[in-house]
Amino acid sequence: MSQQAKNLQRAGDIAFSKMEKVNSELLSLTYGAMVSQLVKEFEDAAEVSRQLEKMGYSIGQRLIDELLAKANVSACEDFKDTAQTIAKVGFKMFMGINASVANVNEEGTEFSLLLEDNPLNDFVELPEHLADLRYSCIYCGVIRGALEMVNMRVECSFAKDVLAGDDSTEIKVILVDKLEDEFPFKDA
Amino acid sequence: MSCYTLFIINKAGGLIYKRDFSADAPKLSVNDQLRLVSTFHSMHAIAGRLSPVDPASGIDHIETNTFQLFCYQSLTGLKFLITSPAHTSGSLEHLLFKTYQLYSDFVLKNPFYELDMPIHCSQFDTNLDKLILGK
Repeated sequence: MSQQAKNLQRAGDIAFSKMEKVNSELLSLTYGAMVSQLVKEFEDAAEVSRQLEKMGYSIGQRLIDELLAKANVSACEDFKDTAQTIAKVGFKMFMGINASVANVNEEGTEFSLLLEDNPLNDFVELPEHLADLRYSCIYCGVIRGALEMVNMRVECSFAKDVLAGDDSTEIKVILVDKLEDEFPFKDA
Repeated sequence: MSCYTLFIINKAGGLIYKRDFSADAPKLSVNDQLRLVSTFHSMHAIAGRLSPVDPASGIDHIETNTFQLFCYQSLTGLKFLITSPAHTSGSLEHLLFKTYQLYSDFVLKNPFYELDMPIHCSQFDTNLDKLILGK
């Protein structure tokens, strides 16, 4: 692991230790109740995934300020830095998940996050008629919302999910563009 | 810790929070407050452009013979401003950073608070009092 990743990992561990902890089963139960309620209301796996992503989006918009305020991280130099920060600091601090970055493309505009474990998935088995449901789609929304608040528009989706039968959990993040909130200075 | 006033400015340059911490703080009408804050927002952006050093970050600290002003801008574009008496020694930036932490807790975690709107969260006020006035 590079020095940068090691520093971020330390920052993530420190931030995690300072956060108040809650029983993970309570979280799994609450999240499960929410998803099953959404399933009752929308019935369609794709629509439920969309709703989860939307919820995650509003969470992400708020969570980013907490990450910036509480974890000792400075501005990211490039998208790879962003990837490492999300993996080592973000996931660690808020969910206690150890995540790593993989499959960074040449231009540095895409990466994958590999999650070692996922507390939301504890005790969950997807029934056949919901096989297409992206159960932890909320993470995709959180990442999208958080990055939009720091001027990056991304597309975020699940490439692999243990609930769908894959061997690991992988989230793919693609940078669409960087938003500039510049003033409309007229160049002379 | 003596301070006059705390201002919080959203991404668009609008005032979302103002709180006086001292009886000596100047009394401003609401319109004046809004105007001052959006002027500061523009100055901050211009200062970033004027700098001969790249990358520039705008205004951190203004020192005059009647007051001092400290500004912290988060990576999400939010600005925290605090004014204090002229003889204040040391930087109040750590106060602003703690205020940012209080904001991320008591304002953002309130589900009924809309982003970029004026802040009316009593828990935020109480905790700010504890931080800045020490009570």
